[in-house]
Amino acid sequence: MRYLPLSEADRVSMLDKIGVGSIDDLFIDVPQPARRSGTVDLPVYTGELEVEAQLQAFAAQNVSPAKVPFFVGAGAYRHHIPATVDHIIQRSEFLTSYTPYQPEIAQGTLQVLFEFQTQVARLTGMPVANASLYDGSTAAAEGVLMATRVTKRSKAVLSGGLHPHYRETVETLAHAVGITTEACDLAIDDEAEVLNHIDADTACVVVQTPNVFGTATDLTQIAAAAQAAGALLIVVVTEVMSLGLLKSPGEMGADVVAVEGQSIGVPLSFGGPYVGLFAVKEKYLRQMPGRLCGETVDADGERGFVLTLSTREQHIRRDKATSNICTNSGLCALAFSIHMSLLGQEGLKRVARINYAKAHALRDRLAAVPGVEVVTPRFFNEFTVKLPKAAAGVVEALAAQGVLGGVPVSRLGVAPEFDNHLIVATTETVSDRDMDAFVQALKAVL
Amino acid sequence: MGDMKMNTVGRPSAPDFDVEATSFHTLLGGRGLLQSEKLIFEWDDYHRTGVDFADIAIDTSDLDGLVRGDDLNLPGLTEPECVRHYVRLSQKNHAIDLALYPLGSCTMKHNPRLNEKMARIAGLGDIHPLQPVSTVQGALALMDSLAHWLKTLTGMPAVALSPKAGAHGELCGLLTIKAAHEARGQGHRRTVLVPTSAHGTNPATAAFVGYTVKEVAQTADGRVDVADLASKLGSDVAAIMVTNPNTCGLFERDILEISRLTHEAGAYFYCDGANFNAIVGRVRPGDLGVDAMHINLHKTFSTPHGGGGPGAGPVVLSAALAPFAPRPWVVSAGDGFVIEEHGEADSAANFGRMCAFHGQMGMYIRALTYMLSHGADGLKKVAEDAVLNANYIKASLSDLMSVPFPDGPCMHEALFDDSWLEGTGVTTLDFAKAMIDEGFHPMTMYFPLVVHGAMLIEPTETESRAEMDRFIAVLRALAGAARNGDVARFKGAPYLAPAKRLDETRAARQPRLIFS
Repeated sequence: MRYLPLSEADRVSMLDKIGVGSIDDLFIDVPQPARRSGTVDLPVYTGELEVEAQLQAFAAQNVSPAKVPFFVGAGAYRHHIPATVDHIIQRSEFLTSYTPYQPEIAQGTLQVLFEFQTQVARLTGMPVANASLYDGSTAAAEGVLMATRVTKRSKAVLSGGLHPHYRETVETLAHAVGITTEACDLAIDDEAEVLNHIDADTACVVVQTPNVFGTATDLTQIAAAAQAAGALLIVVVTEVMSLGLLKSPGEMGADVVAVEGQSIGVPLSFGGPYVGLFAVKEKYLRQMPGRLCGETVDADGERGFVLTLSTREQHIRRDKATSNICTNSGLCALAFSIHMSLLGQEGLKRVARINYAKAHALRDRLAAVPGVEVVTPRFFNEFTVKLPKAAAGVVEALAAQGVLGGVPVSRLGVAPEFDNHLIVATTETVSDRDMDAFVQALKAVL
Repeated sequence: MGDMKMNTVGRPSAPDFDVEATSFHTLLGGRGLLQSEKLIFEWDDYHRTGVDFADIAIDTSDLDGLVRGDDLNLPGLTEPECVRHYVRLSQKNHAIDLALYPLGSCTMKHNPRLNEKMARIAGLGDIHPLQPVSTVQGALALMDSLAHWLKTLTGMPAVALSPKAGAHGELCGLLTIKAAHEARGQGHRRTVLVPTSAHGTNPATAAFVGYTVKEVAQTADGRVDVADLASKLGSDVAAIMVTNPNTCGLFERDILEISRLTHEAGAYFYCDGANFNAIVGRVRPGDLGVDAMHINLHKTFSTPHGGGGPGAGPVVLSAALAPFAPRPWVVSAGDGFVIEEHGEADSAANFGRMCAFHGQMGMYIRALTYMLSHGADGLKKVAEDAVLNANYIKASLSDLMSVPFPDGPCMHEALFDDSWLEGTGVTTLDFAKAMIDEGFHPMTMYFPLVVHGAMLIEPTETESRAEMDRFIAVLRALAGAARNGDVARFKGAPYLAPAKRLDETRAARQPRLIFS
C-alpha cells in the first residue's frame, strides 16, 4: 500500500516491543458487540492509475466552464487565476503545515496572514481585518453575531438585495442563538426599504453591494441612519473584484464588512472551499471572530508575527468564546494574497474596468434581443434581465445549446414574481465570440 | 520575556551545546539561506503589476458617483518578485513533508498528491455551484459517492456534507439535535454534558447555540465517569458531546453504557469525530449508539491542513436525526441526481443552511480520492498502523517520560504528563520548544486540560519505522538532557529556528494587525 510505510516485519517487531501478540490486542477496549470481523462493505485497495480514471469519469459528466460560453455568477465568479498562485500554494511548507501555533517555525504562514489582513483592510477601506473565515456567507452571519455582542440588541435587518443563500445562512445562525431577523422582500434596487426597519432594537443592518441582482448601491445614507439608531452597518460583498472600481464599504461608512474573496485566487470548485474576508472598525477589534495575526518581536528583537488575542477563542475560552471557530480558510487566504499581490492596485483596477466594460457591452446586446428587459440600474460585472418566460427553463435550453447563460433567480429560492429573471455575470474570461453565442442561443430559445 | 536572552556565563553542561554559536548574527540579519524577507508593503513602488491586462478607459456615468476615489494603496509584484517572496516565506515554515509532525489530536498525516491533482482537473475544480443541474451530474454523483463511503464507514444512515470545518460540523450537529428536540416537543432541554477532557470547540459550540454546558468528571483511568454522567442526565439534557477515542488517546470502554443511558434520558449522543482516524474501517460509530458525529476530512481523510484550513466537517446522522439535517441535499432521481436547495419543497423540519453553496467540494474530491485509493482494507490498515505507531512511541518512551494512564493500550496518540520533569527546571513548553532545534514540530502541549503539563503525541500511520526511531532517539536524548540539568538548552529554545521565541504578550497588549 503506497501510503503506508510499515512492512509486515516492522509490524511484528513493533508489537513485540509493545508487548502484545497481535494488532487486535491494541483494540481490546472496543466493546465486544462493536468489534467487527473483516472489512466494511466497500471496494478494496486501488492503484493510482485506476483511481485517476474513476475521478476522470466523474469529471466527464460535468460541463467545464472553460469549454463553453459562460455567464454564471450570483455569488461565485469565474476569473483568470495566474499560474503562480496554484504553484505556490502547493509548496509543501504551505500546503502541509498546521495552524501556526508554534510561531518560531511558522513565520512563513504568519507573515502571509499579516500581509493578507493588510490587503483586506485596504481593499475594503477598513482599519482592521482578521485572518479569514470559511466564506462570505458565514462571514456575514458572524458579522450579525458580532453586532449583537457589541450593541447588546437582538434584531438584525436584512436587505432585500442580500443573496437569498446568504440570507438563509444568516437566519440559520441568528435564529439558533436567539437573534430575530427582519428580512426585506427580495428587491432589485430598494435599499431605502431597509430604513423603514431600523429602530431602537436594531443591532445591525445587512446590505449587499453589488446586490444579488448586480445593483451597485450607495450605502452612505443607510450607514448614517443605522449609526444614528445605535446599530451597525454590515456590508456584504460577494464579488470582491468590484472593489477595484466601486467605492469601498469603508468609504461609505460600514462598521463591518463581510466579503466572499473567491474571485481573487480561488477556483470555483463547485462552491468551496472559498475564503471569507472580514474587516471592522478599530473599536470592534476585540469583538471580532476568527484568528488574528499580529506583529511582535522575538527574543533577539527581530520583527516576527504570532496569532494573537486568542483569549477570544474557543481553545482558551471554551464556553465563553466569541465564536466556536477553530479552522479557518488559511490556504485560500494564501491564494487570495498571492493573486492580490500579483494584481496590485494597478492590475486590480484594470481587470475591474475590463469586467465592467464587458458586462456593459453584453447588456447592450441583450437589451436589443426582443422580449429581453434589463432591470439592473447600476452594476459592475453582473446584471439581471427579465425574460418573456420562466428563466429556469431558458437556462436549461441554453445549456442544451452549449451556453451556460446565468443563474435564474428561482434557483436561489422561491419568489414567483422573479420567475422570469435571469442573473448574468460577465468577467474578463468572456470573449466577444462568447457573447455572440449567448445572444444567438437566447434568440433561438426565447 | 527578558529572561529569554541567553545567559552565556553559565555554560550548559552538554558538551555539544554552544549557546554562543546559536546567537551568531549575520551582517544583514538573515540566517544563512533563510532570507530576511520584507513585507510587500515595504516595496517602494506600488504601481507595478504581475498581470497583463489592457489599461482601458470606461464610461462610468451609469454608476452615479459610486466610483472608487481613494488610492487602494495595494502593492503589485512582478512574477519573479512574487515567486521569490512567497518561496522565501515558505522556507520559514515547518511541514509534515519535512518530518514527523506529532501534534496530538490534529492528525498530521501525509497528504497524497493524487488528491491535489484530482481536485484540479477540468470538470471538477472549475465548475460553478449554480450551473444548471444537468451540467454537473458528475459532481452530484461524486458527492453521493462520498456520502456512501462516509455512511458505510460509520454505519450511519445519513450525512450532511456542507459544514466547512470540524467546529462548523459540531454546530451543524447541535442545530440538528435542537431542531429534533423542538419538533418532538422537547425544546425545554437546555443542557449539554461535556467531559472535562473535551476539545474547546465542544463547550464553545454548545454555549454558542444557547445551551448550558455542564462538565462530566473523568475517572482515574482517563475515561468518562459513567456514574457522574448518569447523575447529571435528566429531562433537561439535550445531548452529550463525547470524543471517542477521547482526547487522552483512549477508547471509551463504557461507550455502549454511555449511549444507552443517554438515550434512556431522552438525550442525543453527539460524538466528536476528530479521532475517527484511530478506528476507521474497524469500528462503526453507528454500532456505538452515536446519533451525530462530524468527520474532519482534513484529519482522517488526509486533506491538507494548509496552514490552518480550509477543512471540511461532514456530519453523519442517525435515523432519528436525519430528517432535521440542513439544506442542501443531493437526491438520486431516476437516472440522475438533483440537489434539493430549498426548504419549501422539503419537510419543514430541517433547520436551514450552513453556508451559501454545497460545502467544501474541493475537499470532497480529495477525501474520496483517498478513500478509493485505500479501499475498505486499506482504511482498516490506516487505523491499525496509526494505533500501532502510537503504542510503539509510548512503549519506547515510557521508561523516561511519565504516562498518566499507563494501563492498557492507547489508540492513535500517546499521552504523557510533566511529572517526570519535576525538579528539572524544564517545563512542557521548554521541552517542546527544544524539539524544534532537533528538527521536529512540538507535540500538542497542555491539552487535554485534565492532565498536568500534557504532551500529546500523534505520529499517524504514514510514519516509517525509521522516522519514528529518529523521533524517539531525539526525545530520549532531550529527556536525558533535561534530567541531567542541561536547562539552558531548553530555556531559550528554539535557538536554530527561523525565529527565536516570540513575545506573545506584547502582540496582545498592543495589537498591530495590519501594516501602517
